[in-house]
Amino acid sequence: MDDWRHGGFGLYLHWPFCAAKCPYCDFNSHVAAEIDQSRWNRAYLSEIERLGAETKGRVLNSIFFGGGTPSLMAPELVQAILDKVRATWTLANDVEITLEANPTSIESGRFRAYSEAGVNRISMGMQALNDADLKRLGRMHSAAEGRAAFDIARKHFDRVSFDLIYARQDQSLNAWKAELHEALAMAVDHFSLYQLTIEDGTAFGLRHAAGKLHGLPDDALASDMYLITQDICSSHGLPAYEISNHARPGAESRHNLVYWRYGDYLGIGPGAHGRLTLDGTRHATDTPRAPEAWLRAVEAAGNGELPREALPLSEQATEYLLFSLRLSEGMDLARYEALSGQPVDRAKLRHLEEIGMITLEQGRICPTDAGRAVLNALIVELMP
Amino acid sequence: MTELDHIRNFSIVAHIDHGKSTLADRLIQLTGTVAERDMKAQLLDSMDIERERGITIKANTVRIEYPAKDGQTYVLNLIDTPGHVDFAYEVSRSMQAVEGSLLVVDASQGVEAQTLANVYQAIDAGHEIVPVLNKIDLPAADPEAVKANIEDVIGIDASDAIPISAKSGLGIPEVLEAIVKRLPAPKGDRNAPLKAMLVDSWYDPYLGVVVMIRVMDGVIKKGDRIKMIQTGALYGVDKLSVLKPQMVDIAELGPGEIGVLTASIKQVRDTRVGDTITHEKKPCDKALPGFKPAQPVVFCGLFPVDANDFEDLRDAIEKLQLNDASFSSEMETSAALGFGFRCGFLGLLHLEVIRDRLEREYDLDLITTAPSVVFKLHMKDGEVRDLHNPADMPDLTYVDHIEEPRIKATIMVPDDYLGDVLKLCQDRRGIQMDLTYAGSRAMVVYDLPLAEVVFDFYDRLKSVTKGYASFDYQITGYREDHLVKMSILVNDEPVDALSIMVHRDRAESRGRAMVEKLKDLIPRHMFKIPIQAAIGGRVIARETLSAMRKDVTAKCYGGDATRKKKLLEKQKAGKKKMRQFGKVEIPQSAFIAALKMDD
Repeated sequence: MDDWRHGGFGLYLHWPFCAAKCPYCDFNSHVAAEIDQSRWNRAYLSEIERLGAETKGRVLNSIFFGGGTPSLMAPELVQAILDKVRATWTLANDVEITLEANPTSIESGRFRAYSEAGVNRISMGMQALNDADLKRLGRMHSAAEGRAAFDIARKHFDRVSFDLIYARQDQSLNAWKAELHEALAMAVDHFSLYQLTIEDGTAFGLRHAAGKLHGLPDDALASDMYLITQDICSSHGLPAYEISNHARPGAESRHNLVYWRYGDYLGIGPGAHGRLTLDGTRHATDTPRAPEAWLRAVEAAGNGELPREALPLSEQATEYLLFSLRLSEGMDLARYEALSGQPVDRAKLRHLEEIGMITLEQGRICPTDAGRAVLNALIVELMP
Repeated sequence: MTELDHIRNFSIVAHIDHGKSTLADRLIQLTGTVAERDMKAQLLDSMDIERERGITIKANTVRIEYPAKDGQTYVLNLIDTPGHVDFAYEVSRSMQAVEGSLLVVDASQGVEAQTLANVYQAIDAGHEIVPVLNKIDLPAADPEAVKANIEDVIGIDASDAIPISAKSGLGIPEVLEAIVKRLPAPKGDRNAPLKAMLVDSWYDPYLGVVVMIRVMDGVIKKGDRIKMIQTGALYGVDKLSVLKPQMVDIAELGPGEIGVLTASIKQVRDTRVGDTITHEKKPCDKALPGFKPAQPVVFCGLFPVDANDFEDLRDAIEKLQLNDASFSSEMETSAALGFGFRCGFLGLLHLEVIRDRLEREYDLDLITTAPSVVFKLHMKDGEVRDLHNPADMPDLTYVDHIEEPRIKATIMVPDDYLGDVLKLCQDRRGIQMDLTYAGSRAMVVYDLPLAEVVFDFYDRLKSVTKGYASFDYQITGYREDHLVKMSILVNDEPVDALSIMVHRDRAESRGRAMVEKLKDLIPRHMFKIPIQAAIGGRVIARETLSAMRKDVTAKCYGGDATRKKKLLEKQKAGKKKMRQFGKVEIPQSAFIAALKMDD
């Protein structure tokens, strides 16, 4: 059995445009004055056709519209894409179709149409529940608007998730606890809670390098915030199933589980990455990041991909390691060793268990809360 | 062959930067020994490191033919001696090979500590000394004050010191005349059995080992069968030359002459500086006095950063040893650093020069462990053992007492910095022996433990005096003191490469300083790490490196795999460069940095 089958099969579609760029975001997003949606429509459909031919007979577990801001896509475009997808692959009975949305009033007005096109899950970029912090994060919605959009989303979709960013500038531990309780009171069954990360090449990154980004928490406070988040969410029935993702059991994002369980995923759109196993060989796929460059490649050559790269097993092992340890369900040791071709040092595992970084049960390595807080070090330790 | 009364042999004694090499160059140039187009600055310092550091490591010589004002042509042999105390023995042999010295002093600076040691060697060798005031054309030159300084500090008559500017050539003819007029001609008996001193030797890739000799008595010719008295080795002379400074073959060398020979000698270590060379058949009756075998005094471990470079390091060390018999090496295994070599050197400069050459000429990355001196362990059973490496310290119950080498350190310093220098010497367990003034400069003489000097004393001295102090030392002997081995335990395991010998009274403060340093030098791990300094089983200082608290990427989705994987691979590669000790990784730089004292 090909290794990817342990993780399933998903399709990621990248919509690269935003109304405005947020200062913390390092995703492949662009602001454009005018977007020819019909041109994008043709390109997406052409790519689905091409990849469909390569993956005939596979069952699709999930489709995810990410970005950028996919809630700027015309509902007709979403409809056309989903129609094409249904015509190309067999969809799993419980297929998850997610679209990322910003909670402005304009976008929430399109929720109903997205739902009718087949989208069954919305992931909203709420980011904060107070106006002052939303402004500092460069968000264009107010807290009230966000709540209203959330209520509309709940009417149209079975499953709604939202993102919050914490460890923000000047945020105290107590302020975050209060905000987190507010979020839990909104009765969600899934949310993503991200610690603010200052990325190079973003507006925040530049300010930070210049020493002008003040009030960020130190490692000790950031660590306390992380650990308290785990406690509060667990006690409200939404334990972390991944570093930054919390869900009631069963409400986990199936799409993201494809990544973390290291399944195969197709990436369509500018800058979209994929992992695709063909004839027993897993490939890394990539596309041009610039929207126009991707469009032209699809239009001119009928192929938006950059040359594919066959992934050596050792690299697949590292990728499985770095993804799977993010999950509370952890990593299947036998599967990892089969990929890496060498046994993990048992003495090292015992030591990590002794110092409370992992648990070892039924052949799975699961990071503890403490282990997840220092996951990078843990992964590096386990790498051969 | 030149008659004795037409030969003058001399050396130049000077402090770094006072113009020794420039003066030598001028003498060579003015007498037309080297064609103008072949001149390059500092002709005699042939190694890159010598030119860069402005020091002479190997003795070198040049034969100059000088038509003097009396109408006669004289042969002048200049031996350019090593200028550093590490090579004091080599200097003393070079001094024995000549009859006089030019004492070069910077007319704007005065006598420096290093000059002092060498000029005393020259006086001990019975030299006639001609003082020369260099840089006389500098605005800051004060020849009268410097003459007084020479008389004060050295105690020789400086009234007819020759004012020169080696840079512009001013006064050089006067120097040449003074060499002929004021220095004595060598003595010797042409008809006596051959007696020549081995002054120096070096390895030449084309010729093999080249031996520099000074003939005292008798005559040596190409083809002669010769014997080295100390080693007992026999050789046939293949080639006999003088240096101008390139080799020019000569049929024979008689008394008073200096030249080089080759004799199919394979390694420099087969030759001993100071050895007596004579004829196999008709030997001289006794050897020249003063021979001493080379004795390394400072030891350190040299380990390759990348364990795979061990063989390359071994080759490089073997090659360097072809040319330097005074540097010893022995394979060493450290639990912390893996395979390497314990190397012995004549002093700190020698250590630095060898390490630089290994890194530069052989392209190696090395970890140098803390330099250590040779302690003498007096065992309870009466045996005396040399301890080269604190890691080899035996169980104390077998040791009666420990002795350490002491030095006599001479420091010359402007009086503004005197207090800082005295404090530094006191802090390093020094005993003041003398304090005198010459103008606004103080001369401080201290009896110090060599162990306190080998590591960073000179750096500290330079820093507290803003570079204005000069420093020199001689090893004076061994003395018992209350010395203990201090071990460093990281995560409860002793790290051998970090153990040092310290004085009992200093152990707490050194231990505290080291564990505090290590706490900053070792990166945080997933667990907390106790770092302890201990004497025997007793912990004398302790720090705890707390566990890392947060190192996690908030977002990692399908598109992040490639970038994230590369990042982690890079981190892993960085970790692999660290030295694994038990469960703790220690960066290489920590092994030396932990010992630096910022007092």
